[in-house]
Amino acid sequence: MRGRIGEARRRARERYGAGLWHLFALLACFLVAAYALTRVIAAGILLGFLLWFLGAVILHDFVVLPLYSAGDRALQRLPPVADRRRGPSVNYLRVPAGLSGLLLLIWFPLVLRASEHNYREATALSTAPFLGRWLLVTLVLFAGSALVYAVRRAAGGRRTGKAHR
Amino acid sequence: MSSASDGPHRHPGEPAGRGAGARLWAYLRGQERPPGPFRPEFWRSPLRGPWLTSVFGLVLLAGLPLVAITGLISYAAYDPRLPGNDITPEKGLFGFYLFDWPTSPVWLYRVTQGVHVILGLTLVPVLLAKLWSVIPKLFAWPPTGSPAQTLERASLLLLVGGAVFEFVTGILNIQLFYVFPFSFYPAHLYGAWIFLAALAVHVAIKLPRLVTSLRSRSFRRELRTSLRDTRPEPPDPDGLVAAAPAPPTISRRGLLAFVGAGSLTVLGLSAGQTMDGPWRRTALLAPHGRYYGPGPNDFQVNKTAASVGVVAAETGPEWRLTVRGARQVRLSREQLLAMPLYTYRLPIACVEGWSTEQTWTGVRLTDLARLSGADGGAGVYVRSLQRGGVFSHVSLSAGQTTDPRSLLALRVNGADLSLDHGFPARIMVPNAPGVHNTKWVRELDFRAPP
Repeated sequence: MRGRIGEARRRARERYGAGLWHLFALLACFLVAAYALTRVIAAGILLGFLLWFLGAVILHDFVVLPLYSAGDRALQRLPPVADRRRGPSVNYLRVPAGLSGLLLLIWFPLVLRASEHNYREATALSTAPFLGRWLLVTLVLFAGSALVYAVRRAAGGRRTGKAHR
Repeated sequence: MSSASDGPHRHPGEPAGRGAGARLWAYLRGQERPPGPFRPEFWRSPLRGPWLTSVFGLVLLAGLPLVAITGLISYAAYDPRLPGNDITPEKGLFGFYLFDWPTSPVWLYRVTQGVHVILGLTLVPVLLAKLWSVIPKLFAWPPTGSPAQTLERASLLLLVGGAVFEFVTGILNIQLFYVFPFSFYPAHLYGAWIFLAALAVHVAIKLPRLVTSLRSRSFRRELRTSLRDTRPEPPDPDGLVAAAPAPPTISRRGLLAFVGAGSLTVLGLSAGQTMDGPWRRTALLAPHGRYYGPGPNDFQVNKTAASVGVVAAETGPEWRLTVRGARQVRLSREQLLAMPLYTYRLPIACVEGWSTEQTWTGVRLTDLARLSGADGGAGVYVRSLQRGGVFSHVSLSAGQTTDPRSLLALRVNGADLSLDHGFPARIMVPNAPGVHNTKWVRELDFRAPP
């Protein structure tokens, strides 16, 4: 009897492709998600919600990620860093550019003044300073990176000019 | 390397010059991989691998639950069970955990909501890095194998969609960039439950893999490994490790430092909006860390009088506060100022994550309740002069109303309230979310709700 149950479980497992707890855990997840969706329907926002939910995946996987990957490849092809033996490491550009891009990705509504109207209504202030602040931070990041490069190059030069990190 | 055999291959006996239809059919049947990202050799980063993914996963595993719990707490802080307070009345079972929001400690909401927003922002680079590290799996071909795999991939759509949806709606909302075609509150709340369900099952399925992957390499040794000695991780069954890796341009420790620097940059430029004093000036890239000036009313404004239709005429000498209890009382601002006044330092903490502590002076809500023949034990329903909007009124609980620090504030930092801070009178309740500290109050109703 026990052997027969064990056999049935083994066969179910084989056909499903994982342990049955895997199935139950996923079904529980879909149950919660389906219930949440009924709440979204009850709130009357289904269409916009689905559009933004799926749009979020598409935006990240097919727009944001390919864009920054392409940007990174472009950085690596820049003449000063393309010659990896003699030129500086691409990271001296990649890191400040990446951090600056990250800040823009998060704060673009303030930096590009997209939410100026709502912002002024709420705070009685303008979003105007944010572009300057972002540029300032970007400048500091690139300047800091250049400084680190200069210091390392000087230190590397003193150490018989051998390969750096 | 196992991945070498994963590359594109023709089936023996198939003519080389087949038509597009035949090729499409071969793709669809999973006999062949479509070109581009569906082929393993498309993904060339030498750093991708289960160890790296697990490091990012571990950070998120520590951080996301904190963001989630503080978010759920924020919903409870709105006291949605009181009349008029619930912005998501269709919540159903998702309200199972709601509780009476306390008035002590006064800084609780300031901390939980500060953590929710600032930690959420800080995790953005980690989330991006995590998604980058697993992107090849999005293009796994054939897309599904066993039923188990099919279901799991469907749950990943909920996981990634939920994560990005929650982060995007939250980040846009704190910048007042209301481009989404829905109200923020229900979307962010129900989206959170979808995300949390998918996250819980993802963690349950992947936790053993996370542990073995983290153990597969020494973190310390990785921190000592320079670019020159950086090698790809050994091939893994999930296909995260590149089949044809390019030479590394950054070490693994370099990438971790890069992501960590991203988090620190975002944190350092935004955390100041939760602080007072000179630290606030560090919030260069945060919506509500602004400097207004040195005066007593020069602190963060959220919702100007003009934006909600409150004009000086209604708040002038003609203004009267109506207090309803066993009897109805109408009070001018002078009469209120003649009552016993109390002064407390209380924070304003906004759902958008910013906060500030100021010194408020006003009349106790309990004194106003007594004046109208009530005791405050039924709570109070507050109405504002503000035109429309969900926060033109609020219900405060009995606990909030009877707390001696709960004020109808008339002055701040020793000066009369400015119009944008709620002149002639505003509510100040310890530990309440900012929007419950209703400005431009016109009526307090202490009668038990029908």
